[in-house]
Amino acid sequence: MTSENMADEYGRKWDRCLADTAVKTATGLGVGIVLSVLLFKRRMWPVSFGSGLGLGMGYSNCQHDFRSPYLIHGHTVKVNA
Amino acid sequence: MLGVCLRGAHATVRKNCVRSPLTPLQSYRCYSTSRSSGASRVVALGLVTVGGGVGGTLLYSKWDPKFRAAVEKNVPYSDWLLGLALGPAPEDARLPVRKQVELNQPPSMLDKPKTDPKAKSQKSVKEAAEASGPESSLVPPPPAQSIQEASAEATQIISAISEVPSVPATCDSEAAADECKECHKHADVSETAAVASAEPLKERPVDEVTARLVQQDQEEEKLLASLSSRLEDSLASSAKATLQAIGAQEVALQAVTQHTRKLKDAMEAEAPSDEKSTQWKELEAALAERTAAVKDATTTLSKANEALEGLKSVINQAKGQKVAAARPLILAAEENLHQMVVDLDKVVSKVRSAESEAKVVSQYTELVNEAKQQFQREVSSLTPEIQANWKGLTGKLSVDDLNALIAHAHRRIDQLNRELAEQRVREQIHIEAALEQQKVEDHKVLDAAVTTAMGHVKEEARLNLEQKLAELREVMEAEMRTQLRRQAAAHTDHVRDVLKVQEQELRAEAEQVLNSKILDQETRYRQLTQEQLDNFTLDMNAAYARLKGIEEAIDSHAVAEETAREAHQLWLSVEALSYALKSAGADSPSMPLEDAAEAVRASCHDDFCSALASALPQESLQRGVYSEASLRARFNALRSLARRVALIDESRNSLYQYFLSYLQAALLFEDQQEAPPSQLSGADLDPFKLLSYASYCLEHGDLELAAKLVNQLRGEARRVVEDWLTEARLTLETRQVVSLLSAYANAAGLGTTQAP
Repeated sequence: MTSENMADEYGRKWDRCLADTAVKTATGLGVGIVLSVLLFKRRMWPVSFGSGLGLGMGYSNCQHDFRSPYLIHGHTVKVNA
Repeated sequence: MLGVCLRGAHATVRKNCVRSPLTPLQSYRCYSTSRSSGASRVVALGLVTVGGGVGGTLLYSKWDPKFRAAVEKNVPYSDWLLGLALGPAPEDARLPVRKQVELNQPPSMLDKPKTDPKAKSQKSVKEAAEASGPESSLVPPPPAQSIQEASAEATQIISAISEVPSVPATCDSEAAADECKECHKHADVSETAAVASAEPLKERPVDEVTARLVQQDQEEEKLLASLSSRLEDSLASSAKATLQAIGAQEVALQAVTQHTRKLKDAMEAEAPSDEKSTQWKELEAALAERTAAVKDATTTLSKANEALEGLKSVINQAKGQKVAAARPLILAAEENLHQMVVDLDKVVSKVRSAESEAKVVSQYTELVNEAKQQFQREVSSLTPEIQANWKGLTGKLSVDDLNALIAHAHRRIDQLNRELAEQRVREQIHIEAALEQQKVEDHKVLDAAVTTAMGHVKEEARLNLEQKLAELREVMEAEMRTQLRRQAAAHTDHVRDVLKVQEQELRAEAEQVLNSKILDQETRYRQLTQEQLDNFTLDMNAAYARLKGIEEAIDSHAVAEETAREAHQLWLSVEALSYALKSAGADSPSMPLEDAAEAVRASCHDDFCSALASALPQESLQRGVYSEASLRARFNALRSLARRVALIDESRNSLYQYFLSYLQAALLFEDQQEAPPSQLSGADLDPFKLLSYASYCLEHGDLELAAKLVNQLRGEARRVVEDWLTEARLTLETRQVVSLLSAYANAAGLGTTQAP
């Protein structure tokens, strides 16, 4: 079961990642479209900006998700002498 | 040598064939030609050397057997060769010589006493005596006779040497007797002396002596009794005979005296005729009586003499037998004999005197009768008619007859006167002659009487002497007896003293011996009892130990059975466990091993087993484990994934790296399966290689090695296969534990045939 989880984890991660990226990209696109329509006089740049933003966020999330096992959280401990 | 040969061959080859470059065929030819000349020489030399060595060895071993033995010992099969060449080893020849020497020795020693029994030199005799002992043990049996003789000789010789009368052994007595006979024949003083001294000194046992003494006494008594009886008998018979003879003689004497008296009366008395006739008849009767009596007397006398002779002979015999106790008897018998002889002689002499008187009277009567007859004849011639009894016929006679008768009477008277005158004249001479005759006769009688009297006196004297001797003897005997008694008393005193001393000594000795013996006996007894006790204790201990052993055996048997049962149970439970393991499906784990493990734990009775049983991982207990096949299948699926994330590790884990790693996995080809080396080098730690190794291992059923190899993966690949690894670990653990348990159960099951 665990191994399936591990192997599936990879797949699941990818699924999540892709889904998330898609969502984010779509959302960015949407926001971009909205902003471009609302604020930026139907220019292209907020759409691409927004989709890029979304893609980037998704990519970053994906990477973070994939990195998560390797992340080390350090704490500084003050030693009182 | 082979090396030398080869070297030589090479050298020759090189020499011969170095000039021209030859083809291999030609070089072969060159090789062959060189061998025929140079190598053959070498070979011949070698053969000669070998042959010489072998021949020398043979010769020397023939000469020196020690060398031969050494060779045979050191060189295998040389004994066969040497035997073939030389014959059997000469060691056998040595033994018969020795044996013969030995055999020769004892017969010579045996012959010595046989052939030279009169060995004078003591040394040789001693040697023979000594040798005759041990040699009998050396030599296998010589004839029994010779041994007997030898031993007899030895004993004799020893006795001769030591001057100890050695009694030869009973078994040798016959031989000794024979030998003794031989020795008696020999003119060897010492030996005969020794032997002669040996023979009479044969001790007869005490009872034999006493028996003999008793026998002797008995014989003496018997003899005495017989003697006395004989003496008495003969005495009695002779006494009877003598008495008879004496009686007869007296009767004869009486008869004779009567007869003579009667004759005298008849002659002298002038009685009337009828009385005369009666007288004559009486006379005749008396004569007859006398003759009868005399005959009787003579017979009885002869009988008496015979009896007396018999008695004398008996007495002589008795004297000859020299029985001391019979002496008084003999003496008495002799006295009696003498007395009888004396009486007999007296009576005989009386009878003889009577007879002589009777003879005289008879002569006188005869003369008278003759005269009367003559006268009667004269008268009858003168007067023929006149018969006898003329005295009564006085009236019948005629005158002429009367005248003739008177004339005849006158003439007769004249004649008678003349004769008378002549007689008177010759009286003196006649008287002298008669005296002479009488003297002679008197002499004779005197001599006879003297001889008889002397004989009697001698006899009496002898008897007296004998009596005196007997008395003296008795006295001497008495004195001797007293002396002997005194001596005996002294002896007894001395003996008593000696005996006392001896008794004390012997007593002391005997007591000592007794004490020692008692001590010995006591110690032995104690020893025996102790031994018995010990034996008993040992037996008891042994029995107890056996009992214990039996009990233990039974217990251990029971225990062993118990353990066997447990082991069986364990085995069964382990089998169940392993079967439970096998129940894993293709993708599903096996059933939870909890129950089986519980069963195993229940059937575990020692720490090892329980430790093992508790060493089962929890997961396997609760969830079960995957089978190897499922793991294998999963691995194959995982492999591609691991390949895809091969580049990702802690430092490289961006998405770009993911892309690169994906690209690598697409482009890199490795063996599907590769056999892993025994030692992993640094290059082998490449994930792809590892994966191929692991794949190979898995395909070949080595889950453990595959797990180990997979364990070497690092980074994301490692993370990806982590679960698989865990599962593999679980499975391996469980399998290991189960196999251990199974081995243990098998071992326990095997081991239950013996006590644990």
